[in-house]
Amino acid sequence: MTYATKSPWVIHYDASSCNGCDIEVLAALCPGYDVERFGIVNTGNPKHADIFLVTGSVNEQNIKVVQEIYNQMVEPKVVVACGICACSGGIFHDCYNVIGGVDQAIPVDVYAPGCAVRPEAIIDAVVEALGILEEKSKALQAQRKGA
Amino acid sequence: MALLGFLILFPLVVAGVLLAVRDNRARNVVVAVSALVVGVASVWLVVSYLSAPWISFDFHSPVVDYACTIVSVLVAAAILFFGIRYKNVPACVLAVVQVVGSLAFEFAFAHSLPVEQGLYLDSLSLLMAFIIGVVGSGICVYALGYMEDFQAHEPEGAKDRRPTFFALMFAFLSAMFLIVFSNNMVWLFTGWEVTTVCSFLLIGYTRTEEAVRNAFRQIIMNLIGGIAFLVALYACAIQLGTLSLVEFLQIGIMNPALVALPVTALALAGLTKAAQMPFHTWLLGAMVAPTPTSALLHSSTMVKAGVFLLVKLSPIMYAGAFASQGGLLAAMPSIMTVLVGGITFALCSFMAISQSNAKRVLAYSTIANLGLIVACAGVGTPEAVWAAAFLILFHAIAKSLLFLCVGTAEHHIGSRDIEDMDLLFERMPRLSRFMMLGILCMFIAPFGMLVAKWATLVSFAEMGQVMLIIVLAFGSAATFMFWAKWLGKLSGIAAARENVEHDVHTSEWTAVMVMAVLVILCCAGLPVISWFAVEPYVYSVYGMLGQDISFSNLWISSVLSIAVIVVLFAGLGRTKARKVDIYLAGVSRDNGERTFRNSLSGTSTASARNWYLEDVFGERRIAPIGTACCSAVIIVALAAAAVSVPGLF
Amino acid sequence: MSLLSVLIGTLAFAVLAPVLGCLLAGLDRKVSARMQGRVGPPLLQPYYDVRKLIEKDNVSVNSAEGAYVTCALVFTLIAGGIFFSGGNLLMSVFVVTLSGLFFIVAAYSTRSPYAEIGAMRETLQVMAYEPMVLLMAVTFFMASGTFDVAGAFALGAPAVVVAWPAFLGFLFVLTIKLRKSPFDLSYSHHAHQEIVKGITTEMSGRTLAKVEVMHWCENILFLGWTALFFIWGSPVSALVAVLVAVLVYFLEIWIDNNFARVKWQALLKSAWVVALVAGGVNIAALAYAPYLM
Repeated sequence: MTYATKSPWVIHYDASSCNGCDIEVLAALCPGYDVERFGIVNTGNPKHADIFLVTGSVNEQNIKVVQEIYNQMVEPKVVVACGICACSGGIFHDCYNVIGGVDQAIPVDVYAPGCAVRPEAIIDAVVEALGILEEKSKALQAQRKGA
Repeated sequence: MALLGFLILFPLVVAGVLLAVRDNRARNVVVAVSALVVGVASVWLVVSYLSAPWISFDFHSPVVDYACTIVSVLVAAAILFFGIRYKNVPACVLAVVQVVGSLAFEFAFAHSLPVEQGLYLDSLSLLMAFIIGVVGSGICVYALGYMEDFQAHEPEGAKDRRPTFFALMFAFLSAMFLIVFSNNMVWLFTGWEVTTVCSFLLIGYTRTEEAVRNAFRQIIMNLIGGIAFLVALYACAIQLGTLSLVEFLQIGIMNPALVALPVTALALAGLTKAAQMPFHTWLLGAMVAPTPTSALLHSSTMVKAGVFLLVKLSPIMYAGAFASQGGLLAAMPSIMTVLVGGITFALCSFMAISQSNAKRVLAYSTIANLGLIVACAGVGTPEAVWAAAFLILFHAIAKSLLFLCVGTAEHHIGSRDIEDMDLLFERMPRLSRFMMLGILCMFIAPFGMLVAKWATLVSFAEMGQVMLIIVLAFGSAATFMFWAKWLGKLSGIAAARENVEHDVHTSEWTAVMVMAVLVILCCAGLPVISWFAVEPYVYSVYGMLGQDISFSNLWISSVLSIAVIVVLFAGLGRTKARKVDIYLAGVSRDNGERTFRNSLSGTSTASARNWYLEDVFGERRIAPIGTACCSAVIIVALAAAAVSVPGLF
Repeated sequence: MSLLSVLIGTLAFAVLAPVLGCLLAGLDRKVSARMQGRVGPPLLQPYYDVRKLIEKDNVSVNSAEGAYVTCALVFTLIAGGIFFSGGNLLMSVFVVTLSGLFFIVAAYSTRSPYAEIGAMRETLQVMAYEPMVLLMAVTFFMASGTFDVAGAFALGAPAVVVAWPAFLGFLFVLTIKLRKSPFDLSYSHHAHQEIVKGITTEMSGRTLAKVEVMHWCENILFLGWTALFFIWGSPVSALVAVLVAVLVYFLEIWIDNNFARVKWQALLKSAWVVALVAGGVNIAALAYAPYLM
């Protein structure tokens, strides 16, 4: 077991969401769902975060922002695309400046579709992401021991 | 005793030689060799008389008396000359008053009151001699390289007045030695006046309008102190019939009320020289001078003469505060020094927060620390004197280190603004570490200054000095603020910067290294210094030891400071961690330069300045309060002392 | 007190304080959650957090930051060692300040604009609480006749009896020292109350883990200072002191959850006024009382 799954800290970025999914992400972090039960804390700092929650599609203007936040997160890290726009571009997919889903910019580990995505779905996706985080964490430790 | 005479006369001879030497290389040799000689001689003196009690030397000579009178008159004449040349009326008037006063004194009393034992030394004098001899001559060496750069920055065809500059520096050292070794108060007064006029000439060295104005401010304020000193001499001669410092101190301790006037007058002289409020402006103005001058004025000479005199007087003030007879009058000098010192410490620490000019920060910090020493002298308990001696020592070495570092940095980065010292950690890696060492030594445990402040706090607490405890608590907090933000600015590290310290002169490195080594040795050897140098003085004056901090605590401080120094010089810059960029929120353009893409896809630079809290701690808000309070205190004390003299009114 | 007792004290503190501090931090989060009508994380959540941070990849923005933070942690441990081995209270105060300085310099060294803002605010916080902390120590001295912590066990009555104004003043600045809202200007534990993450913005992985551990140890030390006022020469006093420390920490959690962050002006002004009034009055009373009676 690694401790990565016991204390997943998240960072949330709104790429070009209509704000519907953003509100649901925040709703998931609210006392009603109390995700701190699982050690989840919302941080505003990529350097402290383990899970990257992205809402909305990626466009020409924000693709580099998404990439920079991802790059500044410290390994091990996982990405959750929240909402259909983040998964594939959604109804905005053929807009003139939209590139597509988040996976056009950075590797995505879990897709949570929905318009807007429900908090239960987000929590479910995060739990899914924890499994991947665990594997990545183990891989990193193995690499560290080998090195 | 020959060594004392050598220390007083040798720098004077060197000054004469330097006045004549015009060749740069020859001057370098003369200054370097004589600085070494002075340094070695003073260390030898300290070692051979280590932990000596008061030792007087039978030495009196009418020739020296006459020489002193002539020097005093020459000093006044020089001031008069410049006063007339620059049409400064107050300076002229004060100079005339002084020359008349000292001549009248000479003819009326001096010969009827011979002082058999002209010279003396005790552990405090030795401590001062060490500071003057090592730190002072170190600064002279530093000045060699600095003044070469300085001359290079001067406009084409400007007259090279470096011979005068170096001659004045050495004359200064000579005068300081005279001050710390003279038992004859007339000789002491001569040294006192020579330091005044030397610093006047050094401040006005560049002869710009600003320099001349500040030089005159200095001379006017210090002439007031000089005249106060003269008043004290008259009072000693008329009331007490002695001009010997040791006899004066003995009489004063026995009967503090009797010596209220001379002690108050001498304390005033000390306050002016130590640049206490309301006289602090002269030291701020002295910043226009080349940096070695500032270093000399702030660390080893001039202001230290002021606090030296006050610490010498502190047994009388202590006795006065607890005198059974004389009441308030006897306690007046003590109350005056404590109040002025305490107020100055707190307010100048506050004002330092609002300054971004490094030299002004250093100046305010000097004034504040002197305020603390003055307050300790005013309290006058053995514990307070112990603390004052340590404050003098650590302030001298740390402050000179800082001045030398700032001077060198200024010549290489073209600014003395703290904001411009951003990234100095990479641009001048060695220098910035020395600067950080100096800053650490000035304000944080376990280094020397803070140990001394700690002792101060304990002695104030033991005495129940409520006002001083509060002043110290708030002043120390402000001290933390202005040093920590400077330290932070220095420590910044970003993508590899060009190193600009390759062409720093060897003489500058030598001096900076000497100071840094002194800082390290003194911090590490704190208990030893206490044992061999400071306690003997306290014991010789009070007949008992006053140590607030147990030896084991001193050792803990010493061990911890060694640990910090090791980290600073050897522990930084080693890591196995992979290097990553800093977070700039958004898209970075050049992360090392802190530029990022802004909302219009253009490039913006993120910049962060330190806080100066101008609205809270600005000079305009605080300085008038301090000036008014301290002036009122001094006037009341002087009036009380004057009224006390029988027959005067 | 000798070097040896400080060394032993430091080692003991280095082992015990993180354990106690970790449990305290877990309790803090649990109690806060209950106050907000939530279940909250497990008690050992702070421990999991730190273990996770240690597992993270080892990266740093420069080569000095890690060393500075290590120094900050070590000096906190030494300060704790000095205090709990019965050493000099003032020295403990000064060494904690040194540790705070290293933390500030670590943030400055990164040259990140957000970390610099945090560092500047932290510096201001130190300036705000330092007078009251010093006055607290002096009041303890005047009440007990010694700066040595061990001296408290020889008292006939706890120091708080004559030093209650200074104690209350100290409780006020304790909120700053414990980094609790409304005075958590430089670094907040609450999500999104901060410009990025204040002074810790550039710290990640092991460095951040050290910061967390340092924070636990600091909390234990500060509660030790609080408890010191309730120690006297009776075995019961230790129990009373621990009880008081727990109550004080509960009070701080309550304050944390009920007040919004203030501006720096309000922080500085209120902390200094409290220090001047509470500390000044208390010291004056203790200093002049012998003359009045």
